[in-house]
Amino acid sequence: MKNHIHLGVRVFLVLLVLVILYPSPGFAQEPTPPDDEVNAIAKQLYCPVCENTPLDACRTSACEQWRGLIREKLQQGWTEEEIKGYFVEEYGDRVLAEPPKRGFNWLVYLVPPLAFLAGAYALYRGFTKWRISRSPSRPDSRKVPEDEVGIEKEYISRVEKELENR
Amino acid sequence: MVANIGFGTLLITLIVALYGIAAAVYGQRSQHEQWINSARQAMALMFPLLTVPVLSLLYLLVTHQYQVAYVSEVTSRSMPFYLKLTALWGGQSGSLLFWSWLLAAFATAITLRDWGRDREFLPWVIIVILVTLVFFLFVNVFFENPFSRYWQTSTGIVQAFARPEGAVPFVPRDGQGLNPLLRHPGMIIHPPMLYLGFVSFIIPYAFAIAALVTGRTDDRWIRLTRRWTLWAWLFLSLGLILGARWAYDVLGWGGYWGWDPVEISAFMPWLTGTAFLHSVMIQEKKDMFKRWNLVLIILTFDLVVFGTFLTRSGVLSSVHAFAQSAIGPLFFVFIALTLSVSLGLLLSRWKDLESKNELHSLFSREALFLLNNLLFLGIFVTTLWGILFPLISEIVTGQKVTVGPPFYERATGPLFAGLLLLMGIAPLIAWTYSSLKKWGRAVWKPLVFSMLTFPALYIAGITRWQGVLSFWLVGFVFAVTVYEFWRGAAARIKAHGENVFTAFYSLVKNNRRRYGGYIVHIGVIFMALGVIGIEMYQVETQGTIPEGGSLSLKEYSITYKDLVSFDTHDGRNVTRAIVGVTRSGEELAEIYPRRDYFYDANQPMTIPGVKSTLAGDLYVILVDWREISEEGATFKIYYNPLVNWLWIGGWVFIAGILVAAWPENELDRVQKVSSPLKKRNR
Repeated sequence: MKNHIHLGVRVFLVLLVLVILYPSPGFAQEPTPPDDEVNAIAKQLYCPVCENTPLDACRTSACEQWRGLIREKLQQGWTEEEIKGYFVEEYGDRVLAEPPKRGFNWLVYLVPPLAFLAGAYALYRGFTKWRISRSPSRPDSRKVPEDEVGIEKEYISRVEKELENR
Repeated sequence: MVANIGFGTLLITLIVALYGIAAAVYGQRSQHEQWINSARQAMALMFPLLTVPVLSLLYLLVTHQYQVAYVSEVTSRSMPFYLKLTALWGGQSGSLLFWSWLLAAFATAITLRDWGRDREFLPWVIIVILVTLVFFLFVNVFFENPFSRYWQTSTGIVQAFARPEGAVPFVPRDGQGLNPLLRHPGMIIHPPMLYLGFVSFIIPYAFAIAALVTGRTDDRWIRLTRRWTLWAWLFLSLGLILGARWAYDVLGWGGYWGWDPVEISAFMPWLTGTAFLHSVMIQEKKDMFKRWNLVLIILTFDLVVFGTFLTRSGVLSSVHAFAQSAIGPLFFVFIALTLSVSLGLLLSRWKDLESKNELHSLFSREALFLLNNLLFLGIFVTTLWGILFPLISEIVTGQKVTVGPPFYERATGPLFAGLLLLMGIAPLIAWTYSSLKKWGRAVWKPLVFSMLTFPALYIAGITRWQGVLSFWLVGFVFAVTVYEFWRGAAARIKAHGENVFTAFYSLVKNNRRRYGGYIVHIGVIFMALGVIGIEMYQVETQGTIPEGGSLSLKEYSITYKDLVSFDTHDGRNVTRAIVGVTRSGEELAEIYPRRDYFYDANQPMTIPGVKSTLAGDLYVILVDWREISEEGATFKIYYNPLVNWLWIGGWVFIAGILVAAWPENELDRVQKVSSPLKKRNR
């Protein structure tokens, strides 16, 4: 019986040593991650208090603590995505620099390009309409000089005309 | 006493302005010239009248009259004299008064012009300007009174202009002091310029409305306000550039523009104003886009009010929202009213505003101007959507979201690049008719020249395609603009036998609008260099180093030499690091990043130490330090390539507008009159 306990203690001690010597990522005390690694993640986050100031540039003590938290998580082996996910879970989507691409948020990404395309289309439509209404009497036969010298002359007279008509 | 004078005159100004509106309306309806004249005199009185409350408030600010709530909120005894003056626009009510005062200056100035041929515009211009002014005065008198005072009553301290029953004046011993962010020389001039830009856009708007009401929908209103618009644009651009510089110098995050909603709210009227500035040229030259120009100026006016609303109402919380209050709904109603009335007027004249000319070719310069407008408006819509979306999201889903720089950069980047490309092509393209073939012939020389950027970029080690494309674009536009100057000058040399310098001089002098515009384009090119440099190639590192230790970034290295901490006479505690900068081991400079702690405001500020060259800035921030220094201090270093070109470009930009907008002198006028004679003689 006594031997048995002794064995148990020995096994335990061996295991303990193994655990210490072969640290798994979850428990390890790795060297402190450098500031640059912390900032690389902090740059993409916004704390709810200091709106519109990215976390890496914010000088309030609250943001200081957040950066400390990022450092801690990095030390524990968390990945960038895990850390960002943690802050989103705790404080909501607003900590991210951009709304996550899902549901209602799609609007923020879709409206500007759609508006631009609509504008471009309206322009194009208007333009072709102009052209069609105009095309029968299109005075395309206007003399335009085609050779280099002609263009140069045209340009000089244009400059002169502009300077005088001003 | 002085507060009474100030508030009393403010009230009188409001009444006179209301009278001016009534007189103008009545005079217009009854066709009684003397009533319109009376309205004009009422408007002429605006500036002298409003100067009294402004001077009163300034007097209160510099004489530490802390019973006045505003004075107590924005000044303190330890602040230097000039900051007590600039505190006039350092808070909510003061800045609104300042806004009105600047508008009053324009109102008065516009009454002094010779109205001879444009008499029919006069009553409507008066009405538009005075209605706007009345709105701001109304806000000042009834909601944001800068002369409101502290009173001690039995229930505590209250804030009111008039003495409440049984109250005694309450005078705080010292004020709270100006927001530390505003205690910077840049703040002397940035807000006034921005506000000047804002209020001066009201002049072309007023003429546009007058043109709509009177039915004189030709380009007269545009010609009349051309200079005003250019000046408005100058002030607004200068305000934005100075704001960027201030952010770079004071905010300590290594950048100049953070896509903050309040920055955007000043940028939006600039975007529509710039589109307007370009498209009015088409109306003047081709009698086209009349409706569009009216839409643009109406939009610009309402964006100006919207910008003030965003900054002042506290709807958006951001670093700029120093003061927040409940005036939001008022502004909202005013914007809705002016927008719907203006657009209603536009619709009622829709038929009259038909273009006489039509667009003939997709390749003409007019078509490119339309494209320019599309791009400016595209950026405007994107930015507007970006600042509105968090509010919409909060209303619809209850979830607050952040729309930050990555969104804006991705969405507007291609549009800005498109604008840059247009800037390169449009000046070479003829009006009315053109073809791809002619394009090729016009563009090939600068295009070939711009190819020189490729080997240069290769040598500089720039290989990422976005970078190569951006820098090439800059090179191309630069080549085009210089080519334009060169062609113009060469034409004069040929025609008049002038030497190079006189040719350039007379070219610019005789068509200041066009060549001023090209100078502005060169300014934009330089600014683009700075933007590309910092946006695409900024690098940074942060680290804690002991005294004597170093931290490296690229070929630069900083050495932490010493740290001193001391109190200043203006109420700050300054902690200043002495940092040596070396480049590839060679001693370059000594810089002093520091942290200022403001006792009265209980707030720190981070001021970077910067070693600036044309190639780039080494920008060092003191992040943290240990009192008993074994661990040393933490520094953050940014290397901002080419950022200086942003500021250089800014000055060139402003110089270009000045060339285009400067009033003609006597000599010019004489020449202009005599030029038909010259033509006959030739």
